[in-house]
Parts: sequence; C-alpha cells; structure tokens
Amino acid sequence: MKRHTFNLFLTLTAFWLLNSGHYSALMLLLGLASIVFVLIITKRMDVVDQESIPLYLTPNIFGYYLWLIKEIIYANIVVVKHIWRGQKSICPALKKIKISQTTDMGKVIYANSITLTPGTVAIDLIDDEILVHALHFRDIEFLEGSEMDRRICLLERK
Amino acid sequence: MIIAATLAIFVAMILAIIRGIAGPTLYDRILAVNMFGTKTVLLISLLGFVMGRPEFLDIAIVYALINFISVICVLRYSDTNEFKHTPDEKESTDKEC
Amino acid sequence: MDIVINISSGLCLFVGSFLCLSGGVGMLRFPDFYTRMHAAGVTDTLGSAMILIGLMIISTGFLVFIKLVMILLLGMLIGPTTSHVLAKAALHNGLEPQLGHEDADNKETTSSNP
Repeated sequence: MKRHTFNLFLTLTAFWLLNSGHYSALMLLLGLASIVFVLIITKRMDVVDQESIPLYLTPNIFGYYLWLIKEIIYANIVVVKHIWRGQKSICPALKKIKISQTTDMGKVIYANSITLTPGTVAIDLIDDEILVHALHFRDIEFLEGSEMDRRICLLERK
Repeated sequence: MIIAATLAIFVAMILAIIRGIAGPTLYDRILAVNMFGTKTVLLISLLGFVMGRPEFLDIAIVYALINFISVICVLRYSDTNEFKHTPDEKESTDKEC
Repeated sequence: MDIVINISSGLCLFVGSFLCLSGGVGMLRFPDFYTRMHAAGVTDTLGSAMILIGLMIISTGFLVFIKLVMILLLGMLIGPTTSHVLAKAALHNGLEPQLGHEDADNKETTSSNP
C-alpha cells in the first residue's frame, strides 16, 4: 500500500513536470497541491492497490510490448490489403475462444491485445472465454492456442 | 511533407464524416464520430508543427481526453430503448436519437 | 545528418498518411458495422503511431517530444477501450454481424476460401 502510493506519487510528479513548462515556485507549489489532492482522492476511493499499479509486471512487459508491436505491424499490413482488395477478400467470423490465463490482469491484457491488433476485436469476456470478431476466420484460427496466449501466461507468472 | 500529411488527414476526416452522415445504424455514426475525433487530435498536432507553435500539443491531449469521455458517456446509456437495433428499419437511413 | 532526419521523418509521415487514408476508404467500403470497426482500428493504431513518430523525429526540444509520446500512449490506451465498449453495446442491442458463409458461433470452421 505504501509502496504503491509512493509509486503513484512519482508517476504523477513526472506527469505534471513534463506537461507544464513553467518551473517557478508558485507553479511548483500548485502542482504539489494538486498531486496531494489526487492522492487523497484515490486513498478515499480505495483504488490504489496491486491491480491499479501492477508493478510485478515490469520485468517482463517490455519484451511483450516489442513482440506486440511487431504483431500490430503485421496485422495492419493484412487489414490494409483487405481494404484495397475489397469485399470479396474478407470473410468475417464470430467465435468464442478459450483462454488459459487465471488472473484478471492476464485476461484483460489478453483481451486488450486482441483488440489492439487490427482485424480482431474482443467483444465479450465471460469467465474463461472471449468472444472474438475477426475480419477473416483465419485470424481466429491463428489466435487459438497461439503465441499470444503463451506469452501472456509467461507474463502473469511472477 | 507535413502539409501533405495534414491534407491526407483532412481527407480521412471527410471520409469518416461521410460515413457518419450515411451510416445506416446508430453505431456506425458513433464509430465515425470517434474516428473523426482521433483524426482531429492528429490534425491539431500536425497543425502545431505547420504553424511552428508546439503549444497546440496541449490542446491535442485535452481533445483526446474529451473525445474518449464523450464516446463513453454516449455508450453509458446504451441500455435504453433508443439504442435498440431493430432489423426491420435497416433500410431507413434516418434514425435520430 | 539533417537530410537523414528529414527523409526518415518524411517516410514515417507518408506511411502514416497512407494508412489513415486506407482506414477512411475502408470505412466506406466495408459492408457492415463490425468490419468497419477493423478499418477504424488501422487508423487508430499504426496510422497515428507513424504520424506521431514522424513528428517526434523532427521535434525540437524535450517537452515537445514527451508530449508527442503522451499523445501516442493515450491513443493506444483509448483505442481498444472505445472499440470494445462500442462492439459490446452493439452486440447486446441486437445488431447482428454479417458472417462469412459457413462458420458461425461455436462451430468448427471448415476451411474453404470465399
């Protein structure tokens, strides 16, 4: 709890300092006041915990980001090809796929990654199934039991 | 090249607004308006560089936040009757809300 | 050095503009709402990322650079959230997606191209 509040304080300070270009004493004091105000509000709302500030993800998340960026670029090229080839080349599909993540964080990361790659959108997340709409049904086949699932499972293990 | 990119974004915004006017369902319109908003953020950033005033980037950040909040607010009321999609009036283009 | 910066930034801006235009064309060409959402996804992810990276390369000063990074991160966080909420609302309110010819919900997809 203490550690998370401290990290939130550091993040907010960095955010404030980078957004404001003025570093006079009055401005800094006002910034400090607003940061403390936000900290009090979050404390009263009781939202500062493991879930909102997932520090345990940090060692592995950057490798995952790099892989995800590569995947997004590839998916973009595929969707742009579909756009210029027209309606004949697409074959939309809607399917439930099983996921093997256990924590909420892992499930959310998986659903968000599916939505972030163009061509597939996660519509609904019920227990351990995600309803996915895809531009072409091969995308869903590629998603089922694929690398993304395995990588997120590696990620959520501490 | 920046001016060319600005024009390209402008054309994309026009295409999005055409979809927003023509779109058969309400959801097409919300999607088009959302895309229009995200393109506006890019347009503001590009215009900041064209005019040599990087202060426009602050406005772009605020615009992105407002755009997000407005779409979420509209969809907050998506369980009311106005949002129900009835397949019968699929062809009738105007469905005001 | 100067020419390298100009060329790389111009290349990024060109790719980004092309992707945004493609997304706009896709918005008009695709047959139903759910497929149009994928077209909007193209402009939201790589299109805006490329344009912002192109601007980052020619940006002067640290604060401008950081603000561009912030807009990029904000877009990456907002984009999936919006499209997920939109798709969920549309499906729950009875907007049926047009599917490809043989595969439907919960069935094994047979492999034959359209």
